[in-house]
Amino acid sequence: MPTSVPVSWYLILSAILFGLGVAGFIYRRNIITVFMSIELMLNAVNLTFITFSYTLKQVDGHIFSFFVMVVAAAEAAVGLAIILTVFKNRETLMIDDVSSMKY
Amino acid sequence: MTALIFFLFASIAVFCGISLVTQTHPIASALSLIGVMGSLAILYLQLGGEFIAAAQVIVYAGAIMVLFVFVIMLLNAGAEGTSLQMSNFAKYVGIFLLAAFLGLISFVIQAMLPKTEGVVFGAFQGGTALNIGRKLFTIYLLPFEVTSVLILIAILGAMVLARREI
Amino acid sequence: MDFFILSLIKAAIIAFVLLTTLAYLQWIERKVIAHIQLRVGPYRVGPHGLLQPLADVVKLITKEGVVPSHVNKVFYLMAPFVAVTLALISIAVIPFGPEITVGPVTTWMQLTDLNIGILFVLAVSSIGVYGVALGGWASNNKYALLGGLRSSAQMISYELPLALAVASPLLLANTLSFREMVNYQSGYWLGFIPRWNVWPEILGFVVFLIAAFAETNRVPFDLPEAENELVAGFHVEYSSMKFAAFFMAEYANMVTVTAVATLLFLGGWQPPFPEPYSDFVPIVIFVAAGLVALYHGLHPARRMDKFTLPATGLIFLGIAAIFGLGFFIPVLKTILMALFWFCGKLGILLFLFIWVRATLPRFRYDQLMRFAWTFLFPLSMVNLLITGLIVALSSK
Repeated sequence: MPTSVPVSWYLILSAILFGLGVAGFIYRRNIITVFMSIELMLNAVNLTFITFSYTLKQVDGHIFSFFVMVVAAAEAAVGLAIILTVFKNRETLMIDDVSSMKY
Repeated sequence: MTALIFFLFASIAVFCGISLVTQTHPIASALSLIGVMGSLAILYLQLGGEFIAAAQVIVYAGAIMVLFVFVIMLLNAGAEGTSLQMSNFAKYVGIFLLAAFLGLISFVIQAMLPKTEGVVFGAFQGGTALNIGRKLFTIYLLPFEVTSVLILIAILGAMVLARREI
Repeated sequence: MDFFILSLIKAAIIAFVLLTTLAYLQWIERKVIAHIQLRVGPYRVGPHGLLQPLADVVKLITKEGVVPSHVNKVFYLMAPFVAVTLALISIAVIPFGPEITVGPVTTWMQLTDLNIGILFVLAVSSIGVYGVALGGWASNNKYALLGGLRSSAQMISYELPLALAVASPLLLANTLSFREMVNYQSGYWLGFIPRWNVWPEILGFVVFLIAAFAETNRVPFDLPEAENELVAGFHVEYSSMKFAAFFMAEYANMVTVTAVATLLFLGGWQPPFPEPYSDFVPIVIFVAAGLVALYHGLHPARRMDKFTLPATGLIFLGIAAIFGLGFFIPVLKTILMALFWFCGKLGILLFLFIWVRATLPRFRYDQLMRFAWTFLFPLSMVNLLITGLIVALSSK
């Protein structure tokens, strides 16, 4: 214990961050904060991948994590463009106010 | 030393995560997310993932979050009003249930994993750019090419969506 | 414990030298720009303005630090702190010389060598964008916000050609650490042409320098912080020490990118021609400079120079004597020669930065962005493709 950290602690940290991401996704009204909670969930999953790659002593977990990062980048770009368009049309960022397709 | 660094940066990550969820102004949430990503990069370094730690800082904290910060500054998103239609009862029960759920998950994870060895900094030397490059361009070549096309589609989509209508 | 104390000593030396260099880099810049513009620059504070940085530091510290009323206090105070911390941190992976043995200790002239040294420098410069963006946004000022947004958009746009221009020597040397990169560039073709990366990668070097000008917000890409165009851009609402922090961050960024250019393209601390002949170069240069200063000290143009020119001449001859002393103490010779060549190349690139500032007009913002995305980015990508093709074909 003084020199090594049990592997399960990393997984528990990842679970806590994922739970916080879900809580943010459900509670928050601002569309950008909801999007950032999604990014928090993706980061938590990256930590899980790398922890398991450490336990199995293989590098494949790092490669999966790399792909998750790439997909998150693509999703952030398109998602933010959608947010900009929503703001241009509805003039609000609260997801409660964009709840109907008809304006 | 490993345990000390783990506790320090794990607590920073959890603190920034809670701050992300509870702050009213979006830019404070964005900076908390950058704090989470930074401390996760240190944890990746501990687990031997040096290339992934650098990629996390360059790609996630240095490019994606800059996009978020830009959009927040451009839209001039102010602090969220307190127009929550949620009752206080639901909020407190929700937090309690989240804590209980996380406690249950932690117990299950603890019980399931074998107590063979812990994480020692430097025990996994395979996370170098050389190893990742080797596997990425031989075994995982198809996902690599597919994600390249995905990024191209994302670029085109973002440009079309955010274009100014003249 | 041994390693810890050694690292502490190296960190103290590097920090002290870096901070002094940053202060006097400002003096050098003002003098060079002044002489290009046919005037003298700082002249009164100390002989030839040598104490001007000290006067500036005293002025900036004792000025009243005004915090405007409607700013977002946390981010307003955090932005210069972030900017200067990240600018100073990337000097930790820059090697100044080879392995030396001083007494019982054998160490490299580098604070730490990471396997991913180049990625570390790129990562730190990616996060350095936040200092500028937050500083501009938190100031609650239209000009600051515009300047901050433009500056951060410029910095992230030019990070792409910078990273692609960096990737080409990485392909050649097959490594990511700075130490290995400099070792790859040792040796000579035909006995006298150094194997620097700049000869095969001249296009990459030019692209890197142009992108480095934009990354550090220097002329001709300094529209976001121009005094006469945008009311000093993102640091308009900052005063005294916080402004000094932004200023210091800009000079530290300049030193970092020129150090990276020297290590990646110009061979780091390796001399340009083989060892026995290149040892005499610093001695010859300093003796010549000392003799010229002494000669002009006989009939000086101004009264003060009757004292300063001979003093300068004697200092140069003293430095030449120290280099000559290195012939008798081998470890001193290694340290001095490595530092001389590294700082010489660094100095030439920094002089180029200052020269360009005094000479070129600045780009308009849309010209700047168009140049990055439609010219520099495809050019650096073509350079990377050609390098990759050559490496793949030549290693069959």
